[in-house]
Amino acid sequence: MDTFLQQIVNGLTLGSIYAIVALGYTMVYGIVQLINFAHGEVVMIGALTAYSVIVALTGAQVPLPAVAIVLVATMVAIPVCMAVGYTLERTAYRPLRRAPRLAPLITAIGLSIILQHLALIVWSRNPLPYPQIIHTVPYHLTGNPNGATITNVQIAIVVTSVAMMAGLVTLVYRTKLGIAMRAVAQNPSIAGLMGIDNNRVIALTFVIGAGLGAVAGVMVGSYYGIAHYQMGFLLGLKAFSAAVLGGIGNLAGAMLGGLLLGVIEALGAGYVGDLTNLCQLSGWFDALKVRCATDPNVTLFGSNYQDVFAFIVLILVLVFRPSGLLGERVSDRA
Amino acid sequence: MHPILDLRHRPAAALVGLALVAIVLVVLPFVLTGIGTFWVRITNLAILFCLLALGLNIVVGFAGLLDLGYIAFYAVGAYTYALLASPHFGLHLPFWVILPIGAAVACFFGVILGAPTLKLRGDYLAIVTLGFGEIIRIFLNNLAQPVNITNGPQGIARIDPFRIGDLSFSTTDSIAGLTFTGPMKYYYLLLVVLIAVIAINLRLQDSRIGRAWEAIREDEVAARAMGINTRNMKLLAFAMGASFGGISGGMFSAIQGFISPESFVLVESIMVLSMVVLGGMGNIWGVVIGAVLLSFAPEILRYTVEPAQRMMFGRTLLDPEVIRMLLFGLALVLMMLFRPAGILPSALRKRELETRRSAG
Amino acid sequence: MAGQATLLSAQGIGKRFGGVQALSDVSFTIRQGEIYGLIGPNGAGKTTLFNVLTGIYEPDGGTFTFDGGALVGLKPHQVAERGIARTFQNIRLFANLSALENVMVGRHVRTRAGVWGAIARDRKTRDEEAGIERRALDLLEYVGVASRANDLAKNLPYGFQRRLEIARALATDPKLLALDEPAAGMNATETASLEALLHDIRRDGTTILLIEHDMKLVMGVCDRVLVLDYGRRIAEGPAAQVQKDPAVISAYLGGEIALDLKGA
Repeated sequence: MDTFLQQIVNGLTLGSIYAIVALGYTMVYGIVQLINFAHGEVVMIGALTAYSVIVALTGAQVPLPAVAIVLVATMVAIPVCMAVGYTLERTAYRPLRRAPRLAPLITAIGLSIILQHLALIVWSRNPLPYPQIIHTVPYHLTGNPNGATITNVQIAIVVTSVAMMAGLVTLVYRTKLGIAMRAVAQNPSIAGLMGIDNNRVIALTFVIGAGLGAVAGVMVGSYYGIAHYQMGFLLGLKAFSAAVLGGIGNLAGAMLGGLLLGVIEALGAGYVGDLTNLCQLSGWFDALKVRCATDPNVTLFGSNYQDVFAFIVLILVLVFRPSGLLGERVSDRA
Repeated sequence: MHPILDLRHRPAAALVGLALVAIVLVVLPFVLTGIGTFWVRITNLAILFCLLALGLNIVVGFAGLLDLGYIAFYAVGAYTYALLASPHFGLHLPFWVILPIGAAVACFFGVILGAPTLKLRGDYLAIVTLGFGEIIRIFLNNLAQPVNITNGPQGIARIDPFRIGDLSFSTTDSIAGLTFTGPMKYYYLLLVVLIAVIAINLRLQDSRIGRAWEAIREDEVAARAMGINTRNMKLLAFAMGASFGGISGGMFSAIQGFISPESFVLVESIMVLSMVVLGGMGNIWGVVIGAVLLSFAPEILRYTVEPAQRMMFGRTLLDPEVIRMLLFGLALVLMMLFRPAGILPSALRKRELETRRSAG
Repeated sequence: MAGQATLLSAQGIGKRFGGVQALSDVSFTIRQGEIYGLIGPNGAGKTTLFNVLTGIYEPDGGTFTFDGGALVGLKPHQVAERGIARTFQNIRLFANLSALENVMVGRHVRTRAGVWGAIARDRKTRDEEAGIERRALDLLEYVGVASRANDLAKNLPYGFQRRLEIARALATDPKLLALDEPAAGMNATETASLEALLHDIRRDGTTILLIEHDMKLVMGVCDRVLVLDYGRRIAEGPAAQVQKDPAVISAYLGGEIALDLKGA
């Protein structure tokens, strides 16, 4: 029971991060029907920028509380990522908005590679240890002293994510910009006729998504304690899977998909080893019995397969329900 | 076909041209061995990349399906060869048995991945193939437990070289007074395979099947309305591309003698894609040129950029590997923005179209 | 001119998109060898009817019987194989293929060569390929695009693109050729030569279903006309009779297009 609870807590934390990154994919997809392939790289830049700021501030022994330092770092990362997001839109997507779909995708892959290696040059080829300035405090969830816990960092991640999602929903459904975004998503040419500057709205969508990505980057860095120039790839892929799971183009879907994927991954990693432990079958095969006597864990798939779950979810969703849990049809028939 | 090699219209010029190209290709390994056997190996790898790029060209260039996990099929072919011809399982099947098996296994993976996903929009296919590439890599890394199949991150070593009768491709032999090193033998073999694959590609492109692929690439709805079973045709392209990847992978295994999951990372997929894009998707000669250029790029950079940096700054600021990746990225972006038809001049492409028709 | 045998019969076709009833209970028959017009104001459901007929959409109800067999449930490529070829309202050529290659693609469904044939280039494949090319060149000649056979489709002038699309459709040996506004954007001279082409196609044995806004053309070529308005059939009959129909007149005058009913 404690293991289960712990995996749920870990899954929800991870899932909140996925959800925030997935929002970036889904917003862009909703408005221009394109996958922003380089979004994972934006998250990576966010994490590394914040890393540098934190290192600089702690190195200079600035008399600020740890939380404030992380806040300042985030505030620096956000505009940097927004600039990157804007550049992506201007170079990879805007010039190719009318080109065949492959073109912007390939440009975005190119930009992904460029961003990664620029990050390698600016920061390092090696994983950078995120300064653990915030003291991690675990809180017990049950009476068991060795049982499930939730840490202050985890609470902060979940709370920040929820706040950002709420903010985004307010923006999209309660503000003039939000109305413009939804109008452009529905029909760009009509929106244009109504006096909406499509280019501006689309660029802003990229920028907002990138801003969310920056925060997600800081959260990943602080949670895992590490930042790396290639960290965006897998994270982006998983977040994209989350967006598809929820129904791409759908804000609530991205959030739901993110959280679900986080939980699936955590539970999968926590239990796949036990579930595929062949020693359960040792009554059937003598050879297994002999082996299990010395090594009780003859597992077919261990937790090192954790990264596979996201892709399996992605493929299953695309095969059986391409519209995702909350979305509309995506396969293009005429 | 390149106009200079147009046999029908300028037979004399074409024959002389072909003869010259043939002589250069035959003599090349001797010249390269003179400089250093290393260069023959690099050339062999370049030819392998040509094969890979031509396989991917069927999928991306002809049928317009963006496959970002192409290297997974290469990996499948490579591991199939390694497992069936190395001390790892103690199996030592001959290469002409394993290569078709490798192609079939890769083809099988292509079909099981393609069948459910090819009805989706192109960009979804891109992501799914990307994920598939990762899954294969993760499995290769972890299938050492509980039964050791892939030997995990350590990879598989002492893979058998190709052997035809008594002739081994790994040793140096003297034939008719000429010394042939292992890499040189592989070079000639690879060259033959490359010519065959180019011929297959050219013939496919100019066929009922090739036209159907190109129609799908241009407009899927219209292609369907013209009676093309787009699902089957896409699956065919996917499966053929995968088979080519599988065969190339098998040869890679034999030539290197050692493989590990590290050889099959995403970057390799992107590299092959860059070659196809640089050459102009669907343009066979362009793809060959793109593959050769990008395969030699790291070596060229090593001998130019590094000394240049040392001269200017006194030390190496940027690793050639990093510069190479930046160049790949730039190539993808710039080609899409400014020259989506590839590096070959468009006039040539146009003329190619005309000569092909008036000759036919 | 028109034979009596029925080629296509539609019974009670319906199609709904969300809250919009695009087609409701549409029935009609097309006879072998006639040119059958399909007219109606914008948004009347004409193109939807085409898409349902050619298998792009599945109808919510109703049946098509074509050449003695049911059509509903077939995929677009199967519909083409059964003998219905179409063009598109907003031209959908294979832009980066030559005009000739576009038409050659149309032969796909009537030819057989597979991968092995393509690679081996055996006698049978070579013969088939030569046949495809000959037929495609003939068709280009037929529609008057032969002079630009080697140009990429995207580089052809607009009128040529429209005709090329017809040649590509004809290459599938259709029994029924469905044309979606072939005269759209053409000037008077181009329309006149299109009219001649339509007469030729019918004379050579292909039945035509024609969506068109150019009433002069419709009155000039169509044997019978079906009029749709808001997804419903409001009139059907010989062109001369339909243009006097009060329901048709009110649909058009109430709609956005002023119709020159004196027409041809």
